[in-house]
Formats: sequence, C-alpha cells, structure tokens
Amino acid sequence: MFKAIADYFKEIYQTIRGLLVGMGVTGKYIAHARREIITQEYPDNRDTLQMFERFRGEVVLLHNEDNEHRCTGCSACEVACPNGSIEIIWARREDPETGKKKKQLETFVYHLSMCTMCNLCILACPTDAIKMGHNFEHAVFDRSQLTKVLNRPGSRLEKGVEE
Amino acid sequence: MYDFTPLVQAIQNYLSAHFSPGVATAIEWTLVILIYLAFYAVLGLVLVYVERRICAFFQLRLGPNRVGWQGTFQTVADAIKLLLKEPVTVNKADKLLFNLAPFIISLAALMVLSVLPFARGLQAFDINIGLLFIIAISSIGVVGILLAGWSSNNKYALIGAMRSGAQIVSYELSVGLSLITMVLLTGTLQLSGIIESQANGWWIFKGHFPAIAAFFLYITASIAEINRGPFDLPEAESELTAGFHTEYSGLKFAFFFLAEFVNMFTVAAIAATVFFGGWMPFHIGDWEAFNRIMDFIPPIIWFFIKVAAIIFLMMWFKWTFPRLRIDQLLHLEWKYLMPLNLMNLILMAILVYLGWHF
Amino acid sequence: MSELVLTGPETETALTQEYFINMGPQHPSTHGVLRLVLTIDGEIIRRVEPHIGYIHRSIEKMCEHDSYRQIVHLTDRMDYLSCHMNNEAVCLAVEQALQIEVPERVKVIRTIVSELTRLASHQLWWGVMGMDLGAITSFLYGFRDREMINDIFEETCGARLTMNYNVPGGLMFDIHPNFQKRTKDFVAHFCTKLPEYDRLLSDNPIFRSRTEGVGYLSKEDAIGYGVTGPSGRASGFACDVRKRLPYSAYPQVEFTEIIRTEGDCFARYKARILEMWESLRIIEQLIDNIPEGEFQAPTKQVLKLPKGEYYQRVETARGDFGVYIISEGNKSPYRLKFRSPGFSNLFVLDKVARGSKIADLVAIMSTFDYVMPDIDR
Ligand code: SF4
Ligand code: SF4
Repeated sequence: MFKAIADYFKEIYQTIRGLLVGMGVTGKYIAHARREIITQEYPDNRDTLQMFERFRGEVVLLHNEDNEHRCTGCSACEVACPNGSIEIIWARREDPETGKKKKQLETFVYHLSMCTMCNLCILACPTDAIKMGHNFEHAVFDRSQLTKVLNRPGSRLEKGVEE
Repeated sequence: MYDFTPLVQAIQNYLSAHFSPGVATAIEWTLVILIYLAFYAVLGLVLVYVERRICAFFQLRLGPNRVGWQGTFQTVADAIKLLLKEPVTVNKADKLLFNLAPFIISLAALMVLSVLPFARGLQAFDINIGLLFIIAISSIGVVGILLAGWSSNNKYALIGAMRSGAQIVSYELSVGLSLITMVLLTGTLQLSGIIESQANGWWIFKGHFPAIAAFFLYITASIAEINRGPFDLPEAESELTAGFHTEYSGLKFAFFFLAEFVNMFTVAAIAATVFFGGWMPFHIGDWEAFNRIMDFIPPIIWFFIKVAAIIFLMMWFKWTFPRLRIDQLLHLEWKYLMPLNLMNLILMAILVYLGWHF
Repeated sequence: MSELVLTGPETETALTQEYFINMGPQHPSTHGVLRLVLTIDGEIIRRVEPHIGYIHRSIEKMCEHDSYRQIVHLTDRMDYLSCHMNNEAVCLAVEQALQIEVPERVKVIRTIVSELTRLASHQLWWGVMGMDLGAITSFLYGFRDREMINDIFEETCGARLTMNYNVPGGLMFDIHPNFQKRTKDFVAHFCTKLPEYDRLLSDNPIFRSRTEGVGYLSKEDAIGYGVTGPSGRASGFACDVRKRLPYSAYPQVEFTEIIRTEGDCFARYKARILEMWESLRIIEQLIDNIPEGEFQAPTKQVLKLPKGEYYQRVETARGDFGVYIISEGNKSPYRLKFRSPGFSNLFVLDKVARGSKIADLVAIMSTFDYVMPDIDR
C-alpha cells in the first residue's frame, strides 16, 4: 500500500524531471536564439553566397575572351549522358586556313530540364570543354527556356585543341 | 494611481446626461462590443505573430521577418490573404452546422474575454460568479468543435472532434478543481474581488505549496482544454492532417485559428488573475522604495507582463514536447491530475482552516 | 473516401462499425506518396493495406538500357538518404564481376562517406520522428547537424543529396583537401549534440510512453518478412551486412552491431541512436588513416561484364540493399534487380500495427523509417 503510493509519487517526480530536462534543451537554445540561427536569408545573401568549388549546378561550355571554346564536336559527352540531355550537332566544314574538311561543332544543345547533374559528361569530355557551373537559380516560366544552346553565336574552336 | 473607474464613470455620466437611460445603455453596450471585437482581432493577430516568432527561435530559425518591422505585419498580411480566399463548403457537409461552428467557437472565446479585469475599473462585466462563468462558458467551445467535426462529413474531422469531446469533458474537471482550490483562499468568485484579496501579496506566494501545485495543475489541464500542444490531439497534424478543421478554409478557418489563440490568452489571463494577482504590482514585504517603483508601472502593463510570461511558458511546452496519445491523455487526467487535484484541495482546505496562509 | 462499411464485432453494449480511412497518398506522416487504406474501429486499427506505385519510375527497366557507368547515378534516386551506399552496391557488383582490385584509399573513403551518409540519414529520421510525434522542434535540430554533413558532401562530391560519388573502379574525384578537417569538426560537434537528442526525446516521458511497448515485432516475424537494418536488429535479428559480409574497409574497423531484443518502437529508435555512435566510432578510426594512393583503379572506357550473374549486398541506413545483375556480356545488363530494404519493411506494417491506435501507426511508420522512392523504385 505505502509502496504503491510511494511509487505513484516517484513516477510523477520522474516524469516531471524528464519533462524539465527536455525543456532545458529548448530553453538553452531560446536563451541565445539569435546566435545559433541555422537558416539563411536566401535572396538577401545572394551577393555573398559562395558555392563550393565542385558544386554541380548546370553544364556550361567554357569560352575564352576571343569567343573560342574547346569543343571539337566529338559527341563523347552525348554518349556518356544517361538521359540524353546533351545533343551535339556537328557538320563537316572546310577549315579556312588549311582548306581541309573537318568535323566541327555546329550547335551544343543542352536540356537542363532533363539533366540530373551526374557529372558523367564532364568526365567523358576529352578536351575539358565543358564544366559544371555554379548557378542554381534555374526557375523559368516556360519549359522551353530550359533547352539551351551552349556555344555562343559566332564562337570558334580554340587553336591547338585538336593536336 | 491609474484607476480607470473615474474614466468609465465620466463616460457613463456623459451618456446619461445626454440620452434617455435606455439609449445610454445601448450606446454603452455597442461601445463595449466594438472595443472587445477589435481587441479580439488584434489579440489574435499579435499572438499568432508572437507564437511564430518564438517557435522560430526555439527551432533556431528566424521566423517571419519581412513584412513590416521585424515581420510585425506578417499576420495582418496573412489575415488579408485569408479574407480573400474562397470559403469552400464541402458538398456533402451539413451546411448550417458547418457555417455555424466557427461562430460558436468565436463566441465562446469572446464571451470569456468579457469578464477579465485588465486593470482597476477596466472590466466590462464584473459579476459575482466570474470564475464560475468562465468555467461554464469556456466549455461551450467544444460544441463548436464537435459541430465542425461532425458537419464536415470527413472522417479525419470526425475523429478529431470525438477526441476533442473526450478530452475537454475530462479536463474541464481538473480546471474547475484547481480553480476551486484557489477559491478556498480567495473566498470569492468575483474576479475583481480575487484581485483585491491579493493586494498584500500574490496567492502563489501566500498559498504555500498547494497554490503552486494548483497553478501547475491548472496550466496542464487548461492547455489540454484549449487543445494546444502537447495535447493538440483534435488537430494532430501528423495523424489527422488538421483534425476537426480539415475542411475549413479562408475566413472560417481564420475564426478557428483566432479562437485558439484568444483561448490561450484567456487561460493565461485567468492564471494571472487567480495566482499572480492580476494587475497588482509586484511588492516585496516592506521595501518601501521598491514597492513605490513597482506601483509606478501601470497595472494594465503588469497584467500583460504576467499574461505574456504564462503564454511563453505554454509555448515552451508546445515546442518541446511530443504529443500524447488519446488513451494516455485520459490516463493522465483520471489517474494523475484528478487525484492530485483532490489531494491538493484537501491540503488547501486544511491550510485555510488552520489559517496558515498569509 | 469510399463509403464501404464493414460490420464489426458485436460487443455487449453496442454494435460498432469498422470503417475505412485513406491515409495518404497525401498525408503529413506517410513520408512521401504512400497510401495506406486503414480499416479502423474507432481509433483502433484492424487492418493496414499499403498501396504503393505512386512514384514508380521503373528504374530497373531503365538500367537495362544504360551502361554500367550510367546505372550508378540512377541508384541515387532510389533511397536518396543512403545514396552513397546504393552507388557503392552497384560499383562493388561491377568491380566484383570485372575483378577490379580497387585501391585501399578508395575503400577507406567509401567507408567514411558511407558512414557519414548513414549519420545524415539517421539525423533526418530523428528529426522527422520527433515531428511525427508532435515535437516539431527536433526536426530543425536534426537538420542543423545534417547540414554539416551536407556541406562536407557538397565540397567533396559536388552535390548534397544525389552525390553520385562512386564510379565503377573507384571514386569520381579525390577527396577535397578540407575533407578531413571538416569531418573531424563534425565528429567533435556531433559528439556534443547527440546526448542532446537523448535529453530532448529519448528521455522524455511522453516520448517513452508513445514508443515503449508499441508496435511489437517478433524476431521470427522480422526474419520471416525480411525486415533488415536497424528495424530488424531491434527485434534481435542480427542482420548487419557490414558484419556478416564485410565489404570495403569494414573488415578493418572495430564497431559493435547494435542488437536489441525488445522489438518495439523504442527499441528501433534506440537502435538508430546507438548506431549513430557506432558510425561516429568508425569515422574516428578511419579519418586519420586514409592511405595514400590513387582514387580510381584503371578501368576500360566501356565496361562489359562477363556473362553471368552477380549479387552484391550492402548495408544502407534502412537495411540490407542488394543489387542483382544478370549479364549477357553486353555493355548494359540483361536484367538488374534491386532488393530494397524499404519494401520488406513496409509490408510488415500490417502485422505490426494491427490492434494499435492511429497515433501509434504514425510512431510505427516513423521507426521503420520509410523512404518511398526506395520502395517504389
Ligand atoms: S550532368 Fe549527367 S545528365 Fe547532365 S548532361 Fe551531363 S551527363 Fe547528362
Ligand atoms: S563537350 Fe567535350 S565531349 Fe562533348 S562534344 Fe565537345 S569535346 Fe566532345
């Protein structure tokens, strides 16, 4: 009888203790709430937002100042891509200097909407022409805008890439 | 100092001097109703903002901080959004009851507000059975919840409503008992009388252990009564999506939402009145200077400080504890709160009989 | 909601009716598009029928058209919380078939990243578990710690969730120079935070009463239904692939297989919490001893598996994950089958949840830690 009553009160005591310990955890955080904030105010911190170097946001074709890229149109990336996000359209053109006919990149079509950022195309490219960009703000109003042409108008193949 | 009676008296005199008694009373009523409705809405908005902000700080977030200074107008913006929303009524719902439910809940919340004394003389309705009135009216809210759950014709809503019924019926008891424990001390049910009886010290200090126990029992039971976490089973969002208000949208949903927050205020206000001396300033024995300074702070501010502290405690509970299960909830009431309350009541009776309280 | 009503058991005083209720496909605690058709009597569950298929993407079929290098990234999208382990399973299977000897460095890094993934998965699970039971704050605390792991992943692997860090024969990149430092920082940080998890939830009397004795799964049933991972081990079923069939660097490290015998929700909860400590232990043992060397074994450009059948099991955060490849000697598999742990864990739900309350079902589902894409594939 007395033991039962003692147990009853002991249980109550333990319950209250357990609850207070839990409140201690949250209480500790609210006591210095401002310092421990873990969320970021995203659109406000855009200027200072630094992505990690290896972050994969989208595939970009690198161009230098002279509007030259390193893509030879070899289609290795197209083959490596698991979901057909890349389409390389190439043509045999005459080289203005040597006069020989040569395979050249016409259009580098990139379907961002299908890309899974798997990085396989980058690994496959023999000339390091493409790279993963850091931009992640891809939202657009029309799906068709997600199909991009990566080679800039009038761009040429950089010299010396094919040797 | 800071007595509102002359002001109220002046308005009364002015009105009765210019109008016939009937019209004067009517105008007074209208004024009171308007003031309380405005207070109700503002209170709801403020509390929603505070809750979201405090919850965010508990969770290491920032909370709403965009609309207005520190996000203070966030809830106003939300209210406007809710007003503009389409009030969807479910096809198979019982139209009348479905539309009636939010009003019943709001009405109950509003009526309880009317007897709360905010400062000396600042009380709309000072009846001699104030505490009883509060206990009686606050349980009308459950009718609204039951109607809402029943009429929505949704099983989740129905389960939520049924849970709420079982919960409120049980916890009503503990709320009443813990308040009765205090009534033993105060000797009156009139809220202004209860406050006057604490002029030389709050009951929580004067009433020894039973008063402190009664306070915690009251807080636990009344949190359950107003369906707040960790007792928010009727709307347990991880189980019943939104419980009894699953089918409500727009303004009608806002009514439920506001009523919930106003109820929280009411509970805290009653606790402040009964245990912490309402608008009485904090005094320490015969530290004259200290007491003077405390007196200098207006009573209405004292009242809101106390209420805010209790509301903070309730939010702390909510944002720390997991939710109980329905059978555990009823266990808690019938096996723990209720016997403890009875024991406490006896203890308090002995204490009062022997005159050990201050 | 169908109006089909079953006549229920006739009690002495009243005739009660059982009724159906649809939990999901959109429901806050089904963790994805799972639909459970519950037959309930008041609050008591009489039957649970899981309906799946809402996010079926036929990954297995897609694999039949992809090269072995491409398959790896698809496994990221299955159990996205243990993506690294899934990747590893495919890579190990391919390596086993081609008899590629991967460098020691790769094995150790794979193990560390696996354990980090397991920790991240368990942290998210812990947060969500609290949230399902109504303690929403735990969700954010879990995410706070997970964020540090995600940063490690982002820096080294280039992505936070679908990392695709494995390639057959090794890793996609070498570890980032900051990897070790960041990981050590995280371990130090998390060792102080894990006791807090206990204080906030495990020792909370409300939490205890919600989980203890709820959702009992016996050892026989666990074996019978193939419930693996922490959920199976909480019922006393010693099924840790890391111990039974060690792969990568697991043979070199010391850790205990967490086995509890209670079989209830709290045992499953505690098994995961203790598993986090073990993961930390594994990481501590390995992080300073990453051997020098290559991060990839030399492989051919086009991988063609010899004709035959290959099976590889790994321990993901949810249990025993298997990859079964039938190869006809081509550059893509003839048939590829994934044995996902979530699938077996889901279908034991009916057995476990019968007779408990709706609120218990939520707790049970959280402790089995379902990830829908893993089940639907
Ligand atoms: S990242 Fe992957 S999916 Fe995207 S284009 Fe490259 S190979 Fe294709
Ligand atoms: S980007 Fe690279 S792999 Fe793709 S076509 Fe150009 S050179 Fe070839």
